[in-house]
Amino acid sequence: MLRNMGRMIVAVASGKGGTGKTSVAVNLALSIGNVQFLDCDAEEPNAHLLLHPKISREEPVYIPVPVINEGLCDYCGKCAEFCANNAIFVSADKALVFPELCYSCGGCAIVCPRKAISEEQRRIGTLKYGLADDLELVYGELEVGEPMAVPVINEVKKQQIRNSKTVILDSPPGTSCPVIETVKGSDFCVLVTEPTPFGLHDLKITVQVLKQMKIPFGVVVNRAGIGDQRVYEYCKNENIPVLLEIPYQRKIAELYSKGIPFSLEMPKWKEKFQAFFDEVRKYADK
Amino acid sequence: MKQLTVLSGKGGTGKTTITASLTVLSENIVVADCDVDAPDLHMLLHPEIIETQEFKGAKLAVIDESACTECGLCREKCRFNAITEDIKVDPIFCEGCGVCAIVCPTKAITLIERISGHAYISKTKHGFMAHAMLNPGEANSGKLVTLVRQNAKTLAERECSDLIIIDGSPGIGCPVIASVAGVDAGLVVTEPTLSGIHDFERALQLLKHFKVQPLVCVNMYDINEDNTEKIAGFCKENGVKVVGKIPFNSVVTEAMVNGKSIVEYAPESDVAEEIMKLWERILSNLKHGSG
Repeated sequence: MLRNMGRMIVAVASGKGGTGKTSVAVNLALSIGNVQFLDCDAEEPNAHLLLHPKISREEPVYIPVPVINEGLCDYCGKCAEFCANNAIFVSADKALVFPELCYSCGGCAIVCPRKAISEEQRRIGTLKYGLADDLELVYGELEVGEPMAVPVINEVKKQQIRNSKTVILDSPPGTSCPVIETVKGSDFCVLVTEPTPFGLHDLKITVQVLKQMKIPFGVVVNRAGIGDQRVYEYCKNENIPVLLEIPYQRKIAELYSKGIPFSLEMPKWKEKFQAFFDEVRKYADK
Repeated sequence: MKQLTVLSGKGGTGKTTITASLTVLSENIVVADCDVDAPDLHMLLHPEIIETQEFKGAKLAVIDESACTECGLCREKCRFNAITEDIKVDPIFCEGCGVCAIVCPTKAITLIERISGHAYISKTKHGFMAHAMLNPGEANSGKLVTLVRQNAKTLAERECSDLIIIDGSPGIGCPVIASVAGVDAGLVVTEPTLSGIHDFERALQLLKHFKVQPLVCVNMYDINEDNTEKIAGFCKENGVKVVGKIPFNSVVTEAMVNGKSIVEYAPESDVAEEIMKLWERILSNLKHGSG
């Protein structure tokens, strides 16, 4: 099918942490080839630990934060009043900025009647570019102690190359802003879960987010065989396709612990991931 | 009163399993589930909700279409791409900063409060619990974590509890920072995988950054004993105490399926035994630690 040949953006997300997002994303990437891999878990990027890329360059990630020119400031306090994050404090003779609370909306500079506020660049992370054979990897690393991963994720996503490669986005866990930032704009979202009550509970929350965002999705059940059947029952009742099952095997867990993608050591999985990707294409097209 | 936060960096290393067990083993504590966007602890502790609070996080911009001239200035100035091409607010991306409202020449935009989630005060068989649920896709999880911690503190003061145990979320970003700020100790639960080690080192750096005493527990240590040795070696070099080593056992999943903590479900198991030892060591560290 020719219309299927276009470049696709596939996000891999989960809700619950540690269900195997990175493992699924990496094994998929290695099995289908011709992939640009964007690791969007800027708080705890892990894909490079499985892909072992050669890092070719690094770039700092900055966000703009306000600087108050106290020579111009008359301490009217309008900036502090405006700031929804309480990142500015103004007293009778002092104006203080708490840059780590600032999320760079730019409003304080707009409301300042004396044009006393400008912006400076503050470093919050690093962007890393690497190559593992023909796979291109980009990942961001949030500086430890910095609260906001979203601007770093944003920078990672800006590196999407405009050509025929498949783009795989590896999402952080959870369901809040970093996840939204990662999955937005993708053609399909793979939800990796495990057949346990925690896996199911967090899957349900993530499904709500994806429905709200109108992104098509399907489920991969990892560690199949542990837990119970409730994840399958839920998917059946909600008409959510289960696109792949990966059984719990100690060998897979041990390979992962050593940083080895299991499809490299268990070659039949390469075909399974290829077939899985064909399914993904079909559902993304619907 | 002391506060202990369970964190991990990497998800799925066993934070909630361990927090639930520690809660069951303890006497006179308050437990707080601070993983507000994917909370799971309630599935093991079965809290009975006594009080529900609305959580108003970020505000939401609303455009009065009758006053809007579609000039597009709001769209241009919004740094969160929350205004669509046809000049509508996308609530998923709106951070409630208010920039659109101040730049609108016809004053067509106002900010309204929105309910971003709920905080709960509950009772369990093992004491009081503070928890919350952020609405799916909402921002401001850090602020909701702070509210849960305030609730836990109020409960602990009222009940004269000695300890608050806080179950954190994965990662090291805003909700985790809100979960560790000002606590007496952070228990980092890790696993002997390369990702587990990588993320655990970043979690330790985070605790150092916020001057919180670190304690380490290696979960599923027998999945890769070489890596467990590496973790222990790293801790020794950095003067960090390893307070627990828990083996892999599928009975942990069984307990979860049955909605019970492992120390209740299989108190004779090797996992439960190790968690009991872990608990003793944590208590002695909290007693003798500074703070």
